[in-house]
Amino acid sequence: MYRYDTHDQTLVTERVAQFRDQMERYLAGRLSDDEFLPLRVQNGLYIQRHAPMLRIAIPYGMLASYQLRKLGDLARDYDRGYGHFTTRTNLQLNWPKLETVPDMLAELASVQMHSIQTSGNDIRNTTTDQFAGIAEDEEVDPRPWCELIRQWSTFHPEFAYLPRKFKIAVTGAAEDRAAILVHDVGLRLSRDSQGEVRVQVLAGGGLGRTPMIAEVIRDDLPWQHLLTYLEALLRVYNQFGRRDNKFKARIKILVKALGAEEFRRRVEAEWAHLKDGPQTLTQEAVEAVQRHFVDPERREIAPQAIAAYEQLRSENRAFARFVTNNVQGHKVPGYKAVTLSLKRPGHSPGDLTWKEMHQVADLADEFSYGELRVTHEQNLVLADVAVDRLEALWQQLEALGLANPTIGTLADLICCPGGDYCALANAKSIPVAQAIQERFSDIDYLYDLGPLELNISGCMNACGHHHVGNIGILGVDKKGEEWYQISLGGAQGNDASLGKILGPSFDRESVPDVIDKILQVYVGERIEGEQFVETYQRIGLKPFKERVYA
Amino acid sequence: MLDQNSSTRPLILNGQPAADRWVLVRDEDATLPDDSPAIVSLARWQALEGSRALAPWLASDTELTPELAEELSGSPLIAIDFPKFTDGRGYSLARLLRERYGYTGEIRVVGDVLVDQVYFLSRCGFNALSLREDQWIEDAMRALKAFSRAYQPAVDVAEPLFRQRMREASQRPAAALA
Repeated sequence: MYRYDTHDQTLVTERVAQFRDQMERYLAGRLSDDEFLPLRVQNGLYIQRHAPMLRIAIPYGMLASYQLRKLGDLARDYDRGYGHFTTRTNLQLNWPKLETVPDMLAELASVQMHSIQTSGNDIRNTTTDQFAGIAEDEEVDPRPWCELIRQWSTFHPEFAYLPRKFKIAVTGAAEDRAAILVHDVGLRLSRDSQGEVRVQVLAGGGLGRTPMIAEVIRDDLPWQHLLTYLEALLRVYNQFGRRDNKFKARIKILVKALGAEEFRRRVEAEWAHLKDGPQTLTQEAVEAVQRHFVDPERREIAPQAIAAYEQLRSENRAFARFVTNNVQGHKVPGYKAVTLSLKRPGHSPGDLTWKEMHQVADLADEFSYGELRVTHEQNLVLADVAVDRLEALWQQLEALGLANPTIGTLADLICCPGGDYCALANAKSIPVAQAIQERFSDIDYLYDLGPLELNISGCMNACGHHHVGNIGILGVDKKGEEWYQISLGGAQGNDASLGKILGPSFDRESVPDVIDKILQVYVGERIEGEQFVETYQRIGLKPFKERVYA
Repeated sequence: MLDQNSSTRPLILNGQPAADRWVLVRDEDATLPDDSPAIVSLARWQALEGSRALAPWLASDTELTPELAEELSGSPLIAIDFPKFTDGRGYSLARLLRERYGYTGEIRVVGDVLVDQVYFLSRCGFNALSLREDQWIEDAMRALKAFSRAYQPAVDVAEPLFRQRMREASQRPAAALA
């Protein structure tokens, strides 16, 4: 995991002082609300429906146990005792007091954390694969590259006032778990025949009001040029992205308007001037960052221990369920990655209490070298668990209620905070999520349905990624009432696609019934072994539509 | 019409508070002042070039072609307008003037210029900061020094932090590495 040196630490410390100064001027009336707005959002501070909200950055989802403990402290001391993990792998605190935010930032700085650029029309937190560094199908560990991007984008003097927010996602594995096709910029890292890292640069993907799949802008960019190329691309966007209409200001609209060919031409023309400039990466500089992401000194796991684990799995049904659903393969034999489910009855999806944060931090220390990852599905991952410790970890997670063996099922739904918290939302999303989880709680039915992504957003901004859910639910406002539009067939990953709207929207009470009908159609129509999205792709929208609106 | 009387706008020049000699004349038809140099629209500057002490201001959506940059290179001052402080195009324009076209004269920010922009503005090559009338110059002087270092190279710093780190590591005595 990346550890700050004095330069990094100085910068976040200076940031706290800068924001304290800005807050004082705001409270003294020397900054108007409108003038303070971009300053506070560039520090993750929103003024929300009920209270301010602070969004804390978890760069590319990597979290150390001592950092999670500090997040728990903040939730306890400055908030109402819990926090919410987001689809951008950040943590939101929903009830801080405005005046105390500089103190909160100072506390974060003490554990090498911050809330820099977690909002605003700037370059946001870069996201990546939650199994980075340990995945079996990984070609290039994306984390050092994410850190290089983090540094380049932090306080970038030219790109703090872009036309709109800008999100970068990076993958280095065969399977894209970072959703690079639906980001402003997606980067796919691979190796050429000489073993050198090459970058495929995609741009113009995104969800929101106008969902689009990204276009390939550049294939096979040698790694040395990553930052200069990004700088050229951002400069083209900064100058030519639309600023007259915030709904048309994302880079996807520019790429679409110019066409990928012309956009590429402009980026390449700009890059011709920046190529080989001072930001050209060197082997030394990359290695210096890579040294932060070396493998832990894992003890070797004896074949007997692996055999014992396999045996337990065959004998203990509950453990087997947990392993099948929540445990992921690892590049090192004898090790596994374990996903902790934050989708629990009685809790909002992605929520964790301060006490649980402390408990999970202890588990990370005990079982996984003191590190965790946050996933864009709003769960947590312990990425380095030896198989002979899995049973003990499972039991402790059971006791904490974090072992729901439902990762990847309908119950593992993605959900934004929605109208309960968010000032932008058209409709509540959490009660819908809870009603669905309650209705479909039978574990055998969930398993029978197989892998199924259900994503809920409370408005067009699509924080709940509803477009790429196999089943997507979108809150809409109809004459002041909350209604829900349902779409089918969205998917993330290598074959990302956008869902199609089923038809007229429904009131909140009807949503579980509608989902039930959709699932019945799938169960009735599926051919042996077919997943929901495959059945949908084969039979299309019509049978679902006929059943739901019958 | 002198829509922004420059004397009421605080000015920071090369990092220090300064008196302003220039008058910004936005209106195309306004009479130019007799006793001080004036900043006029690009079109007007192009029409009157050479006739007196004039400098152009560029709108934020100006497309800076090599031809235009060449034409501008003779002016002692180039102003870049921020119609709203959230319009970030001017940052790119200033960097292009400095870094691509090697302009060494005064680059001045005008328009909706607030205290909390000055740090990034100065990094991007603005050496003259004409703040909005209601801004406190002491706040701006403090904001200029918000950060003591930066990850990226820009007009003020030639090398990225990663290169500086490599230099520091190579200069460190061997014992310190242990």
